[in-house]
Amino acid sequence: MHVASPPGGLRAAVAGTGPSMPGTPAIEVRDLTKFYGDVAAVDGLDLEIQVGEIFAMLGPNGAGKTTTVEILEGYRHRDGGEVRVLGYDPGRERRLLKPLIGIVLQSTGVDRYLTVSETIEMYASYYPHPRPTGEIVELVGLDTKRDARVLKLSGGQQRRLDVAIALAGDPDLLFLDEPTTGFDPSARREAWEVVKNLAELGKTVLLTTHYMDEAQYLADRVAVMAAGRIVATGTPEELGDRQIDGVRIRFRVPPGTVLPADLAGPTTPDGRVELVPDDLSRTMYRLTGWSLEYGIELEQLEIIRKSLEDVYLELTGGDPTEPEEVTPGGSTPSPGRR
Amino acid sequence: MRSLRRLASQVGYVNKAFWRNPAAAFFTFAFPLMFLVIFTSLLGHGIVHEGLRTVHTSDYYVAAMAAYAVIGACYSNIAMSVTAQRDLGILKRTNGTPLPSAVYLGARVIHAVFVALLLVVITAAFGRCAYQADIPTGMTLVRFLAALLVGSAAFSALAFAITPAIPNADAGPAIVNASIMPLLFLSGIFIPISNTTPNWIVWVARIFPVRHFAVSIQAGFVGTAFSWTDVAVVAAWGIGGLLVATRYFSWEPRR
Repeated sequence: MHVASPPGGLRAAVAGTGPSMPGTPAIEVRDLTKFYGDVAAVDGLDLEIQVGEIFAMLGPNGAGKTTTVEILEGYRHRDGGEVRVLGYDPGRERRLLKPLIGIVLQSTGVDRYLTVSETIEMYASYYPHPRPTGEIVELVGLDTKRDARVLKLSGGQQRRLDVAIALAGDPDLLFLDEPTTGFDPSARREAWEVVKNLAELGKTVLLTTHYMDEAQYLADRVAVMAAGRIVATGTPEELGDRQIDGVRIRFRVPPGTVLPADLAGPTTPDGRVELVPDDLSRTMYRLTGWSLEYGIELEQLEIIRKSLEDVYLELTGGDPTEPEEVTPGGSTPSPGRR
Repeated sequence: MRSLRRLASQVGYVNKAFWRNPAAAFFTFAFPLMFLVIFTSLLGHGIVHEGLRTVHTSDYYVAAMAAYAVIGACYSNIAMSVTAQRDLGILKRTNGTPLPSAVYLGARVIHAVFVALLLVVITAAFGRCAYQADIPTGMTLVRFLAALLVGSAAFSALAFAITPAIPNADAGPAIVNASIMPLLFLSGIFIPISNTTPNWIVWVARIFPVRHFAVSIQAGFVGTAFSWTDVAVVAAWGIGGLLVATRYFSWEPRR
């Protein structure tokens, strides 16, 4: 395993080994790389996640999210860079890390013939300080299904059981790899509520998703990933506000109306005038003033702000809702889509 | 101590899931017992020549079905259930918990051996009641138990060794049965090997572990010659299986 430090090295927290001290990040990644053959699935990734944060990694399929998360979980070896998870190197100190983390894999099953509470109790028995089963089933909303066999659960309920199992050992850090992919809207809502509940327990959560609204709704901070790199990081609001010139004003005026020069702009396909204001308030003041003065009605007046989705599409150059993540299980991962 | 407790509790969960799974409970448990009744009823009134001895076919089939039950519980059952668990992502999930792999896999083996022992006891009791077949006692019992334990362990190891060759859980029953059913026939489990058996079959039986295992089990039931060589061949196959499994066994789903 290649673990050479980059020039300058990482801070002291990385040089030493052991459980994280208060104030140190839950996850620290510097210059992480991972190759599948000649393809860099992860290409010099830097990441820092604070304790208690819900952090979303957002990116199109094949961006390297799952590979990154599986390196942090200790499932895969990295080819380069430094990684600290709760103060441990998941490559060399996985045994020490395992009791402290909970993992919800992208697709995973449980024995279909055990009941919900038997399953949770079984996984809880693997950990030194498990959380009581009664608390867990309540937290994930499976309290009425405690004695149901797993094969009787719906897809959404099975996913909640996945989260329940990940919580069984009362972990400090929880990994959720695409927790709602393939869900219908109501199952997604259910899963989201579960994750929101986790935040209240003070857990650190690293979540991957290719759903914009999921990141926006759940995460304290979001990293947008494309082609094995993080291309932007920030709160969902910050990312949405990234380009203030993204704000546009659109309106329709009666045909033949001549607009003053400072309110003229290109016409959109639906026949509306579009302005890109330098100063939104000033331009709105001027526009509405002009409208009142000349008695010209502004139909379909709208202020359009770039959504996180627009920003995401610009950053990744892809369609965020395309299904089927290419996960490297020995197969060839597709590089980040252009 | 903690590992032992974990092991015992894990065996308990495997056991629960086993009896609630109709396919596992039927094919592993009920099937050999059904065969025992069918074979002894259908063919249990003749004589088989084993070396210089003559053996009642009823006694022969009691011993053969005991061997078959052990192979079914340890080889077929483990290979299929572990492949299914691998492809459902259960193995990968377990691999992400602090439970030592040895405890997880060991619990499967212990459970399989427990089922195998239960089947052998039922088979022996049936043979005794229906056909006055011999029950191993004294030194014979010791040798019999040694052969049984070595056989269970070896066929369990071979089960783990075959899983890398199974591309997905759907292919599990096909590949497992294809690998074991011909051998069961060629090793005299269902049809006794006699003087007129073609030479190539005799050689197949000599090379693979099934015949050696069956012969050492048979010695316990019908008093035919017991040879530690048979046990050693079975053990060698088990060690080979263990080496292959250690090298190629995968915790990750293969899709």
